[in-house]
Amino acid sequence: MSGTLRIHVDPDKCQGHARCKSLAPELFELDALGNAHEIGDGTVPAGLEDKAWLAQANCPEFAIAIKEE
Amino acid sequence: MSSPAPVTDWVRDFDHTDPRWTENPYPIWDELRAECPVAHTDRFLGVYLPTTYEAVKEICYDTEHFSSRRVVVRNVRPEPPPPAPPITSDPPAHKHAKQILLSPFLPDAVRQLEPRVRAICNDLIDGFINDKSCDAAARYTKRIPIRAITHMLGVPEKDGDLFIRWIHEMLELGVHDDNMVMKAIHEMVAYFAEQIESRKKHPTDDLISTLMNARGEDGQPLTDLHVQGALRLLLVAGLDTTWSAIGSSLWHLAQTPADRARLVAEPELLPTAIEEFLRAFSPATSGREVMKETTVSGCPMKPGNTVLLSFPAANRDPAVFPDADKVIIDRKENRHVAFGVGIHRCVGAHLARMEMLVAIEEWLKRIPDFRLDPSGEITWSEGSVRGPRQLPLLLGTG
Ligand code: SF4
Repeated sequence: MSGTLRIHVDPDKCQGHARCKSLAPELFELDALGNAHEIGDGTVPAGLEDKAWLAQANCPEFAIAIKEE
Repeated sequence: MSSPAPVTDWVRDFDHTDPRWTENPYPIWDELRAECPVAHTDRFLGVYLPTTYEAVKEICYDTEHFSSRRVVVRNVRPEPPPPAPPITSDPPAHKHAKQILLSPFLPDAVRQLEPRVRAICNDLIDGFINDKSCDAAARYTKRIPIRAITHMLGVPEKDGDLFIRWIHEMLELGVHDDNMVMKAIHEMVAYFAEQIESRKKHPTDDLISTLMNARGEDGQPLTDLHVQGALRLLLVAGLDTTWSAIGSSLWHLAQTPADRARLVAEPELLPTAIEEFLRAFSPATSGREVMKETTVSGCPMKPGNTVLLSFPAANRDPAVFPDADKVIIDRKENRHVAFGVGIHRCVGAHLARMEMLVAIEEWLKRIPDFRLDPSGEITWSEGSVRGPRQLPLLLGTG
């Protein structure tokens, strides 16, 4: 499939483990309390798809959603 | 104290202080998990033990039925236990108590501390690298978090030995002996009261002052009691857990030459390996108190009991982790819950990870070859934190 991926962090679920940011610093950043959000509108640039899936698979709070568009 | 009766039926009568558990708990959890997701014992005034990932998570997210006011499962339950916010607080007070503690432990703040921890590790290694053997627990893994925390708190390094004694009295001896717990708490309270008083006269820029300058939800400074409670938490939660995690990692590497060689050759794999060590050898178990009758994974739970919330058992659940009993240092999918999940996610997680990473990295750089010393004895801690307390190693290839 050649669709673009879009990630979204659910702010109610995220507890700031920062696993996403350490695995995919290009896709996630942390706010002042250490909780994560997606960079920009969450569109995953070409070539970073694996990192997006990896971050999702490692979030202990299941806070990261990925949509294929 | 007389020692408790040995366990003969783990499913109905488990005891997390039994020598068999202390020695090797993993097969016990496998046995329990096969019977029921939640085991129960009448010991310690009634305790449930969830052994599946699912059940552990369910309890973590359910702050309505489970209170955090008791986080250590013990023989006695004094009323009310001295609070150590945020770990012992429930919503809504929990949120603010946690926010106050977050900033010194955020990834960026932790990064500032990294050079210091690297220097501590190397200084420790200097102390024994010329010997052919060493007890890595006493001379390395234990010393790293103690020296890091005394640095952060701005207290003399030698006070770290006091901290270790209090923690041993609270978490190990205290499981069966309440006087021990109270004695340790009183000594800690007096110690930090003195530190707080001296900073009122001569402010510093360490963590104790940071807490003293923090504002509560009402905009007022925190009470001395709140500051003291938070400081006690930092010691109790931050020292022997990290010490244990570093120790278990070295213990594994000492007997797994292939993993050791791979990490020496590919140090960039270390962060992934550290997550796997955290999963496979999670040091910390937390507690909860059942407040209202409820059901978890189909198992009924009654108020008046406590829960031994085993993150280590959840992390060995084969339903979530393929080959859960194998240590796979390049495991890609690793949603482990070593630091808990939900609102009580460990505040010190980023610091602990950094200390583990630096400790293993510096050790492997300078001591790529080492193994267990067959003439020594490995001992493991007892109670809610698991890790090697004596770790005799032979250093070098000789
Ligand atoms: S890994 Fe999950 S919980 Fe952790 S910061 Fe990222 S989104 Fe939040």
